[in-house]
Amino acid sequence: MVEGYLTLENICFNKFTEEEESNRSSTSKEESNTPHGEEELLDYATLVQSNCNEVSHYDFHIVYSPSYRAPILYFRAYHSDGRPLSFDEIEKDLPGHSSKLLSESKWTFITNEEHPYLNRPWYKLHPCGTSDWMKLLFHSDTSLNKNGFGIEQYLVSWFSVIGQVVGLKIPLGMMDIVVANHS
Amino acid sequence: MSEAQKFVWEGSIPLQIHLHQSEITTLPPPPPSLVLAPRIGYLPLLISLIKPHFSTTLPPGIDTIWFEYKGLPLKWYIPTGVLFDLLCVEPERPWNLTVHFRGYPSNLLQPCEGVDSIKWSFINSLKEAAYVINGNCKNIMNMSQPDQAELWHSVLSGNLESYRRVSSKLKLGTFEDEYAENINPVSTKSQQSTEETEVAGQVKTGRIPVRLYVWTVSEDFDDLEDAPEIDNWDKVSYINRPIEIHKDDGKYFSLNDAVRSLLPEFFPGSSFVNEEDASINQSTGEEEENTFDPVSSFQPLENAEIKLVRIQGIEPKLEIPFSWVVNNLMNPEYFLHICVCLKLSGAKALQ
Repeated sequence: MVEGYLTLENICFNKFTEEEESNRSSTSKEESNTPHGEEELLDYATLVQSNCNEVSHYDFHIVYSPSYRAPILYFRAYHSDGRPLSFDEIEKDLPGHSSKLLSESKWTFITNEEHPYLNRPWYKLHPCGTSDWMKLLFHSDTSLNKNGFGIEQYLVSWFSVIGQVVGLKIPLGMMDIVVANHS
Repeated sequence: MSEAQKFVWEGSIPLQIHLHQSEITTLPPPPPSLVLAPRIGYLPLLISLIKPHFSTTLPPGIDTIWFEYKGLPLKWYIPTGVLFDLLCVEPERPWNLTVHFRGYPSNLLQPCEGVDSIKWSFINSLKEAAYVINGNCKNIMNMSQPDQAELWHSVLSGNLESYRRVSSKLKLGTFEDEYAENINPVSTKSQQSTEETEVAGQVKTGRIPVRLYVWTVSEDFDDLEDAPEIDNWDKVSYINRPIEIHKDDGKYFSLNDAVRSLLPEFFPGSSFVNEEDASINQSTGEEEENTFDPVSSFQPLENAEIKLVRIQGIEPKLEIPFSWVVNNLMNPEYFLHICVCLKLSGAKALQ
């Protein structure tokens, strides 16, 4: 049995790169053509460190939950000086559709929970609906149903939905690779 | 209604609570506060009992209550009884805890915004348990507001009858109790009926919500007083994984089978150990004697021995049927919390 988790760490959310989602109007300090959710973001992280008081850093971990038999997205957020972000500050970083959901279901959407491996308080996206909407996702695609689906496909599809909650997008190239591997 | 369950619900731990000296602003310092903490409760819920006792001496500021035991900040979302079983190896009565109202260690502990945080931590655990048992948590999500309120209130007030009334609507069933079956007058029944129960048993493979807290020692100790202290949460492996009840050959699934099945790295090949292996292990208490378990004798790293298993303040015999343990000793959120001390010999001791 192999245990562990996938990580995407030190992602910087410059307050102004979230505009596309939340439609707030404000002038951008950074060029807003930065790619979202790609490996390049790691480089981007070092790039924006100069205007640090605007930047929130996010670590994302994907951990398998044996209870829910599904992956769970855990994350934590901190300022450039290492201080953790308050939940209110995180809420401001989230895309508009998520903060709305958050205000409607404060205790059941994003919950404060201990990271199963690191023993520290993190946040997690509550997974109780995951298996239901994953089934929808896969039932609607007959080719996937016929051939079964691999774990990469599952994870990418899962992340394409979950990532949006926190404003992470999957590069199209990643989808292509997965589809190519399984056709 | 089982008597054991009643004991669990009525169980409480006498606490002697000291205010941390950095928060004492008056002379003489306030005497410690004595309270009875329900086993199935959560420490911050005691604030209404403790706060009046210390309120006049606190420095100005906003209250965020947290507790520590010998310098270790206590995780509020673990039921009080479990904290006691895990951290107070040699049970101390009263249990001496230190309370803080300032300086919340938010790098170590989840934030606690009062009763609502605790209630939702409870409900979310209940959801998780429901998912483990039924494969979905619809019954919890669709619970009516009054039912949800009554359920939570029954836990707050320790009202088992009201809890049973509401929780029965959740259809989280009690698990098949093999032990009760065994003591029924089966002797009068024919061979055929025994076969039938065996067949039924094989079909039923339930998942049981379990939270396992494992700490390890490398040196043996005879007396619990000599057990090393758990002074850091990193010394406790927290295993949150359902147990799958297996039944083969009509043998029952014991507590020993259950614990070992969650610790495959220490007990390889024992995701399903049969009963004889288990009892040999118990009677000799020494792995080396266990010549009936070919897997572990070929794996020198795996010299692990279950030193202590504590559930709801008792140390049940490991041969006890696991279904009995689940049905009688689980907490109200349907999780069974098990504290396990493993003795490891050799280099594999966890740091």
